[in-house]
Amino acid sequence: MASASLQERARALTPPALPTLVRAWLPVLVLGGLTLLLHFVVGPAVGPYYSKLLMDIGINVILAVSLNIVNGFTGQFSIGHAGFMAVGGYTAGMVTYYGGLSLWGSSLPQGGFLGPGELLFALSCLLGGLAAAGLGYIVGLPSLRLRGDYLALVTLGFGEIVRVLVQQTDDVLFSAEELAAVPVWTLPTKVGGALGFTGLPFYTSLFWVYLFVSLTLLVAFRLKASSHGRAYLSVREDEIAAEAMGIPTTRIKVRAFVLAAAFAGIAGALFAHEVGTTLNPRELGFQKSFEAVIMVVLGGMGSISGAGLAAVVITLLPEALRSVADYRMVVYALALVVMMLVRPQGLLGLHELWDLPLVRRLLRRGGGAR
Amino acid sequence: MTRLLQTLMDGVAVGSLYALIALGYTMVYGILKFINFAHGDVFMLGAWVSFTLAATLGFAGGAPPWFAAPLVLLGSMALCGLLGFTVERLAYRPLRNAPRINVLITAIGVSLFIENTGQLEPIGWLAERGLAFPFGTRPQRMPALLPDATLFEVVGVQVKLVDVLVIGIAFALMGLLQWLVFGTKLGRAMRAVSHDPKTAALMGIDVDRVISFTFVVGSVLAAAAGFLAAEKYPSLNQPAHSTWILLGLKAFVAAVVGGIGNVRGAMAGGLLIGMVELFGAAYLSPQLRDVYVFSLLIVVLLVKPEGLLGKATVEKV
Repeated sequence: MASASLQERARALTPPALPTLVRAWLPVLVLGGLTLLLHFVVGPAVGPYYSKLLMDIGINVILAVSLNIVNGFTGQFSIGHAGFMAVGGYTAGMVTYYGGLSLWGSSLPQGGFLGPGELLFALSCLLGGLAAAGLGYIVGLPSLRLRGDYLALVTLGFGEIVRVLVQQTDDVLFSAEELAAVPVWTLPTKVGGALGFTGLPFYTSLFWVYLFVSLTLLVAFRLKASSHGRAYLSVREDEIAAEAMGIPTTRIKVRAFVLAAAFAGIAGALFAHEVGTTLNPRELGFQKSFEAVIMVVLGGMGSISGAGLAAVVITLLPEALRSVADYRMVVYALALVVMMLVRPQGLLGLHELWDLPLVRRLLRRGGGAR
Repeated sequence: MTRLLQTLMDGVAVGSLYALIALGYTMVYGILKFINFAHGDVFMLGAWVSFTLAATLGFAGGAPPWFAAPLVLLGSMALCGLLGFTVERLAYRPLRNAPRINVLITAIGVSLFIENTGQLEPIGWLAERGLAFPFGTRPQRMPALLPDATLFEVVGVQVKLVDVLVIGIAFALMGLLQWLVFGTKLGRAMRAVSHDPKTAALMGIDVDRVISFTFVVGSVLAAAAGFLAAEKYPSLNQPAHSTWILLGLKAFVAAVVGGIGNVRGAMAGGLLIGMVELFGAAYLSPQLRDVYVFSLLIVVLLVKPEGLLGKATVEKV
C-alpha cells in the first residue's frame, strides 16, 4: 500500500520526457548554431581583421574558463596555465606539421572546410588537449601535498621548465625525406627552438575556435551545476569540512587540474594554427599565464560568464587602447590590487551574469514565463 | 681543478646574492605566511635604482671616486626600503585578515605594477634634469663603480675584487641580520610576532610596526643584492624582462629549500641553489640551469616539504 503510493508520487515527480530532452539539448543547439553563424555569416561579413580578433577572443575565453575550474571552482591557485597551452600547441603543431608532411608530402593546409587537413587538425587539437591533460596529472599529483602559495610556485616553475625545454629544441625542422627515416619519438627534438615553430598550416577558423569554446562552456556549466562540481566548490570553501563529508579532496584537485590543462592544451592547439601568430616559447611565458589569472580574478573566481566576459574585455582592450599600450599592464596590475582591496571575490564572485538583479529583471520582463 | 675552483667561487658569489633575496622572502613568510611575489621586483629595482643613481650623480665613465660605490649602495638600499614600507602600508596591511589567496593575488598585482611601471618611458621634465625615471625599455649597462682589480690567483683562478666584495658584503649583511634577529629586542619582537601575532600583541608588541620593519629590512637586503648583482653582471635587462622574474623566483626557491620562515635556512638554501645552478651549468648543460633549480624545488617539496632546516608543522584544524 505504502510502496504503491510512493511509486505514484515518484511518477508524478518525474519530469516529462520530451521537454526535458529539449531543455538538455538546447544549450548544445544554441551554441552550435552560434558557431555556424559566426563561421559562415559573421566571419565573411566582418573581414579578416575582425575575424582574427574574434578568434583571439575565443581562445582567451577557453583559457580563462578552463583556468577558472582550478582557480575559481576548486580554489587552488595555478599560475602556469600558459605551460599547458604550450604543451598542447606544440603537440598539435607536431601532429599537423609532421603528419601533413608524411601524409601529403606538404605541411600546407589540405582540403577545404572539414576536408582531410581539417580532420587532422581536429585530431591534433584533441591530442594536444590529451598531452596537456597528462602533464596536468603529473603536475597535479605532487601539488596534493602543497598548499596555496607553494602550489602557485610549482605551477609557475613548471611553466618555466616547459618554456626552457622548448627553447632548447632544434630550430631546423625535419624535412619530408628525413621524416621517413627517423623514429617518432625524436620529433619533439625539432620543433623550432627559441625562434618558434614556424610553417604550421593555418587551420584555425572561427568554426573550430567556437566549437571548442562551446565545448568548454558546456563542460564548465554542467560541472558547476552537477553534484560532482559541487565537490569542487566544497574543496574551495573548506577543505577540512569537505574531507569530513567524504569528498576525496586530493582526487578532486587533480581532476580539476587535468580538466583545466586539457582545455588549455586545446587553446594552445588553436593558437598554434592561427593566422598571424607564431608558436614560440616567448609568447607562452608567464606573461600569458598572468593574463589568464587576471581574467579569472577580475571576472570573478568561480563565475564562468564572468571569466568569459573578462577574457573578451581584456582581449579587446589593447586593440581599443593602442595609443596607450605601454600603460596596459600597469592598469591591469592596479586593477588587480584595487580589486583585492575593494571586492576580493572579483566583479561577479560566484554568480553568473544572469544572476545579477538588473539582468534578472530584464529577463523576467522579456520572457514573462520565467 | 681550475674549473672546479672557479665554479665553486662563482657558486658562492651567486648563492650569496640568492641568500640575500631569500632572506626577505623568508622573513615575510615567517611573519605573515604569504609569498611576497613583489620581493623579486624590489631586487630588480635595487639594480635599476643603483644604475640611475650612478648615472645621475655622474659616476658613469672614467674612474669613479672611492665613495661612489658605498654612496650608490646606501642610496639604493634607502630608496628600496622606503618602497617596501609603502607597499606593505598601502597594499598588504588592509588585507591583514583576508584569505591568503587574496593576499597572494595582491602580491602578484604589486609585482606586475612595479615591473611595468618601471619600464615606462622616463618622465619628460625629470629626464631634462638628468634623471631618467622610470627606466624605459632599453637594456642598460651598469657603470663599474668598483675597480676591476684581480686580488690574487690560486691555481689559475683569478680572485677578482668584485667577487670578494659581493661575497664579503653579502656575508656581512647576513651577519648583521643574524645579530638583529637573534641579538636585539626588536629581533625578539620579530620572532615573537612570527610565533604568534595575537599573543605578541597581548605582550605589548606593536605588531604593525614589527611587520613594517620586517618589510623594510627585507627590501634593504634585496636592494643590496640588486646593487651587487649589477656590479657583477653589469648588463641590466629592462625591468619587466623575464630574467629578473626568474632571479626572484630562484631566490624564493632558495628560501623554500632552506626551510621557509627560517633565517639561517634561507642563507644555506641560497648558497645551495647557487652551487646547484652553477655546477649544473658548468658540468652538465648551461642552457638548463633554471631547470635544475626548479627540479630541486619540486624534489625538496615532495621529499621534505618543510625544507632542509625547517621544522615540520602539523596543520591544526
